[in-house]
Amino acid sequence: MVDPRTAIIDDRLKDIRNIIAVSSGKGGVGKSLVASVLALTLARKGFKVGFFDLDFTSPSSHIVLDIGGQQPKEEKGIVPPRVHGIRYMSIVHYSADRASPLRGSEASDVLIELLAVTKWGKLDFLILDMPPGISDTTLDLLRFVKNVKFLVVTTPSRLAFETVRKLLDVLKETRVPVLGVIENMQVQGSPWIQEQVKAKGVSYLGALPFDSELEENIGNTEGLLKTKFSKAMKEIIENPESEYQLNLL
Amino acid sequence: MHEWALAEAVVSAASDMAEKERLEKVTAINIKLGELQQVDLEIFRFALSQLFSGRLKDAKVNLTKTRARLKCRTCGHQWSFNKAGLDESAKEAIHFVPEIAHAFVRCPVCSSSDFEVEQGRGVWIESITGEKRRG
Repeated sequence: MVDPRTAIIDDRLKDIRNIIAVSSGKGGVGKSLVASVLALTLARKGFKVGFFDLDFTSPSSHIVLDIGGQQPKEEKGIVPPRVHGIRYMSIVHYSADRASPLRGSEASDVLIELLAVTKWGKLDFLILDMPPGISDTTLDLLRFVKNVKFLVVTTPSRLAFETVRKLLDVLKETRVPVLGVIENMQVQGSPWIQEQVKAKGVSYLGALPFDSELEENIGNTEGLLKTKFSKAMKEIIENPESEYQLNLL
Repeated sequence: MHEWALAEAVVSAASDMAEKERLEKVTAINIKLGELQQVDLEIFRFALSQLFSGRLKDAKVNLTKTRARLKCRTCGHQWSFNKAGLDESAKEAIHFVPEIAHAFVRCPVCSSSDFEVEQGRGVWIESITGEKRRG
């Protein structure tokens, strides 16, 4: 018995120039916000951007990006709706407001199914909002999606970085490119994370401030892009000459 | 027409299988279709016929439907999937992503959403047959 879906994945992704997985070892560090603002910023610059929320059991990017009731279209496959200039795909198109309790193997099947039937077309960037940790979805991504690059998010917490350290080890062992680490929710400006990241031989891309105005702008993309958080993200994305270069553009 | 995308996957996988088995011509593709995904057979067959070319051009398609059997991981109860109890949007969601059944279907005995799809999930190629390349 052969699962035919895996044979078509390369073909579905062949017209995408950059696939970036926004990931972390820990939950609650701001992956969805970083991924959403990254996608919005790149789309505002005129790039063709797709966004795929791979957190199948606890998706949240649809709230950040205010997706509303927009649904994919069927055109010899599934074409993600364009929302705020971004081709957006998530399990919430199908689960609506219901919980989607899935075991690891079931999350794998969702990933393979959606990779096999989603028609992204030509994209400059596909941003993947990853679930936390190094379990099935992350491992399947490494297995099925060639040329994926990781953008890793941490907080200043030693607890968060301890999990990030392990994620970075796995990515290094499997020779997956890491664009760098972003330190989110920075309050005191301690150099500790920067030192730890550099010691791992990975680029420290910069810090995003703890922003008390962020919460009230979730779901309001215009407001979100005006926050200190988004301005700091823009700096990281736009400034290839700075010490903290993301080198996307 | 999401069936078209599944048919494209079958064509791609069958071509890979033919290459591995050194088949010059594929005479038949045996496909199992799980009930849970509710694939429209007519559209699926049509899509395959339109997509077949090269060594797959004359392949006969044998489709076998498999009943969807579910088993509760909490209480062990086994039952058959019955789409009759679901509304249209739930049926459609399960058609696109069969695992979404976990959002809509519950164990009839203990109401758990933690069940296993023992058989009848989606599309599988059971085997292909054909004529071997000479030499």
